Amino acid sequence: MNLKKLKYTNDHEWVKIEKEFAIVGITNFAQQELGDIVYVDIESLNQKINKGEIFGTVEAVKTVSDLFMPISGKVIEINEKLDSEPELVNSDPYGDGWMIKIKIEDELEIEKLLDFSSYENITN
Amino acid sequence: MNSKKLQNEKYHISAGAKMVPFAGYNMPIWYTSIADEHNCVRNNVGIFDVSHMGEFIVSGIESIKFLQKITSNNIEKLKVGNAQYSSLTNENGGIIDDLIVYCLSINKYMLVVNASNMKKDLNWLKKHNSYKAKIENISNSISLLAVQGPKASSLLNTISNADLSAIKFYNFIIDKISNIKNIIISATGYTGAGGFELYVSNKDATKLWNKIIQVGKKYNLKPIGLGARDTLRLEMGYCLHGSDINDQINPIEAGLDWICKKNVDYIGKNTIDSDRENNPSKKLIGFTLIEKRIPRSGYKIFNSNGNKIGTVTSGSISPSTGKTIGLGFIKFSEIDYKKSIFIEIRNKKIEGKLSKTPFI
Repeated sequence: MNLKKLKYTNDHEWVKIEKEFAIVGITNFAQQELGDIVYVDIESLNQKINKGEIFGTVEAVKTVSDLFMPISGKVIEINEKLDSEPELVNSDPYGDGWMIKIKIEDELEIEKLLDFSSYENITN
Repeated sequence: MNSKKLQNEKYHISAGAKMVPFAGYNMPIWYTSIADEHNCVRNNVGIFDVSHMGEFIVSGIESIKFLQKITSNNIEKLKVGNAQYSSLTNENGGIIDDLIVYCLSINKYMLVVNASNMKKDLNWLKKHNSYKAKIENISNSISLLAVQGPKASSLLNTISNADLSAIKFYNFIIDKISNIKNIIISATGYTGAGGFELYVSNKDATKLWNKIIQVGKKYNLKPIGLGARDTLRLEMGYCLHGSDINDQINPIEAGLDWICKKNVDYIGKNTIDSDRENNPSKKLIGFTLIEKRIPRSGYKIFNSNGNKIGTVTSGSISPSTGKTIGLGFIKFSEIDYKKSIFIEIRNKKIEGKLSKTPFI
């Protein structure tokens, strides 16, 4: 995964744009801050959710954190592997630890996402 | 120099630990992963920097009378070289703090208390000291390194003077390790994995830490943060003051009957003995859940009729078994290990069962 080609949010999600679709996960910084992840709760399959709204929660040993939609759209796929192996979010946040696939509703929202260097600035 | 600073803080930061403020100190919560560190202690050996813990020295010819008045265990059973788990209880029997009492020599004791309670404990001691005991708070000059796990004594034996495997549980010696003198080497811990707690002068704390890290390489020793300390103690069902117990809870309610002795007199004894005889209204009980969702402090516990029967005080996923475990207070009349319980976790009721502890 080329991290420079991804888009990011202030809530520490990454977004990979593939034509009219977007794959979403949480960043390496986010997984490090959360620590050992024990449960990923996403029950928003086939739902249309607006940008900034909650699409799920991620539970770590020490804390629970909401997951926010980076852009508006319909959740068309969730990573079912995380049901049995939530630790993939820790070990491979940009790969097997991806969370949802979205059908993008408004392409203009993509431009408002952060690029790699802007995201790096907020985590340093 | 800031007195509320771990001597080995630099090590923790450079090792990449996630640091959190706790009891005025900057403490490592994990270095790599709570689960990895947990399993390292259970199966192997790890080292904790728990220098935030408080240490008081109580001495004087009437110190034994003084300590018997304020602690619930039988202080007369404690001989030189013994340690004893006990509690400071208030007039209502509530647990002001849980602690370990060490008998260093005749009429000289060390009390090891929780960092968050240190000031409160010290005030309590001073308030009840009608025995002219000398009370010294040495917390700011003592570091505490805990070497825990099944390989702890093999590891430390390579650098110790004495054979540490000969020290019985809840006993201690004062000896040197790797030419560092006067270390209290105590066969105690908060993990259930075996091992030692080493009380060392602050000036030697970095030397001792580095030496153990160095010889520990052969044993695959890891530094362990407070996160794994919490999951290790929870698997054993050990109480954490401030989470599971507090000054509104008495030792009988907490299942700590064994540290409250009937044949001695101490502050709070009447309530404690009465609860022992008549059963308390609620009791701290272990439970397991069928889903991997963490029951957190304050979550409500229900019976199968939907009535609230208790509250969670601690919870986690056991790194050893992968099971969801926790502790909570349950109404005494509702305690039934065969029936299902339900814990409300973010608007969903998750099924579980009460469980004896330890969980492993």
